[in-house]
Amino acid sequence: MIEIRGVHKQFAKGERRVVALQDIDLTVAEREFVAILGPSGCGKSTLLNMVAGFDQPTRGSVKVAGEEIAAPAPGRGVVFQEPALFPWLTVMDNVVFGPKTLGQSAASYRARAAQIIEQIGLSGFEASYPAELSGGMRQRVGIARVLILEPKVLLMDEPFGSLDAQTRTLMQELLLALWERHQQTVLFVTHDIEEAILLADRVCVMTARPGCIKKSIEVRMPRPRSIESTTSPEFNTLRRAVLDLIREESVRAAMETERA
Amino acid sequence: MRTRLPAPWLLVLPALLVALWHFAVDLRWVTEGLIPSPAQVLRSWYTWIFGSTTAMLSPYSGTWLDNVVYSSRRVLQGFGLAALAAIPLGLLIGWSRLASRVIDPTIQLLRPVPITAWLPFAIAVFGIYDASALFLIGLGAFYPIVVNTTHGVRDTNLLLLRAARMLGAGNGTVLAKVIFPSALPSIFTGLRLGIGIAWTAVIVAEMIAVKSGLGYVLWDAYYVGRMDICVATMFSVGLLGFISDRLIVWAARFLLRWRTLEAHG
Ligand SMILES: Nc1ncnc2c1ncn2[C@@H]1O[C@H](COP(=O)(O)OP(=O)(O)OP(=O)(O)O)[C@@H](O)[C@H]1O
Ligand SMILES: [Mg+2]
Repeated sequence: MIEIRGVHKQFAKGERRVVALQDIDLTVAEREFVAILGPSGCGKSTLLNMVAGFDQPTRGSVKVAGEEIAAPAPGRGVVFQEPALFPWLTVMDNVVFGPKTLGQSAASYRARAAQIIEQIGLSGFEASYPAELSGGMRQRVGIARVLILEPKVLLMDEPFGSLDAQTRTLMQELLLALWERHQQTVLFVTHDIEEAILLADRVCVMTARPGCIKKSIEVRMPRPRSIESTTSPEFNTLRRAVLDLIREESVRAAMETERA
Repeated sequence: MRTRLPAPWLLVLPALLVALWHFAVDLRWVTEGLIPSPAQVLRSWYTWIFGSTTAMLSPYSGTWLDNVVYSSRRVLQGFGLAALAAIPLGLLIGWSRLASRVIDPTIQLLRPVPITAWLPFAIAVFGIYDASALFLIGLGAFYPIVVNTTHGVRDTNLLLLRAARMLGAGNGTVLAKVIFPSALPSIFTGLRLGIGIAWTAVIVAEMIAVKSGLGYVLWDAYYVGRMDICVATMFSVGLLGFISDRLIVWAARFLLRWRTLEAHG
């Protein structure tokens, strides 16, 4: 579904050049949930932005469903690290922004919107403005406005990064439930190891900048999963494996900084 | 949250100033006959507003409302034209790099020319007519509106633009549904500055370029030695300026409800 081939990304600002991504190869199958794990600044957002169509690679190709990506499209829903809601629109208007923009009839999307708002547990807040919501509630609206378009591909950039542990757990369970129902192809960026293993079919660990994908680990835990899955021995073995990979990577990064 | 001052405290400073004024005149701290007393201004103002127009044959009896209407209409028209031109232009300059390169430098070069310096030009081109006044008022109000609109557009959160595109928005939708509402607070700042300049401009224009309105009365009264009417005119303009500013603030509050929520949240 998502094919990333030999992608390089370089940012140039005057004389200064930053190589953010180097030789990224990644394939995400249809209905697969892939988590991308990596240290801060390794280029995770950069990669996601290219799949979303917000940015173009310097070299290489990014294809979704066989087509080169040139611009953002409603078939690829993006959930940002910050909720990025329209502050002048109510919860309901934020959620129906997509269908309205695409010219769908109010009759068709009103019912769906009500249903999704109920699923994310925000019934009764339809007329509230984002400023009146908590961080977790805003993040849920950010997810709802994307889900209502029923995108084939979901791109999520540390969507729960700014939430407290408790809210984050709730949101992870919500996402698991939603995904098990809709089975989108998901690319999920995070720097939380447990979150990655809990949610994903496969975890790709990225190296420090310039980022490339160091290794990808299959998560063969049964579904449906819930927060209880994090206590299983399988989960622990996986976490150990990922941790080792990351530790190796940070040692290497530290040594390189020393040498430089 | 700020606590609102109880009404009596709001009146302390104005009362003191009026008292100072009164005693300055009454105790002859200023040369006699130069400045009218508060009571005198109040009497003349009253006659100017409510006096009979036919009986007294004075230009300062019963003509106040007419002049207020003349000036207000000019401000409204000039300001309206300025807003109609400046808001779309500001959106364009803020949005399109090409428009910014082509139009913005010219605006920045013309902006430092004070509207008073445009007076001879306006009279030469438009004559002693309303058009002169409207030109000056419109020009004066135009700059702050266009500059603030541009600024508001450029300040639009990149994430919101990306979100809109990802949800299927094209250029038109992005402009109307994201950039415009996001720039609206700045646009209102521009409108408030603009209406202030419009009142300045209308007085200047009426003093010289037309023969009616509060500015004309102000200058004329000065020439015939009616300082009491001059002061009454100053108060009138101040009052009108204050009211028009409040109207814009109320409109902003109504349209930007989401923002007041943010400030308290
Ligand atoms: N627009 C830009 N211009 C210049 N450099 C950029 C730009 N965007 C990102 N970079 C650089 O590219 C690198 C990768 O940035 P990116 O935002 O993708 O990191 P990230 O992995 O998402 O980090 P985090 O986990 O902190 O969000 C960083 O070193 C950053 O400085
Ligand atoms: Mg990031």
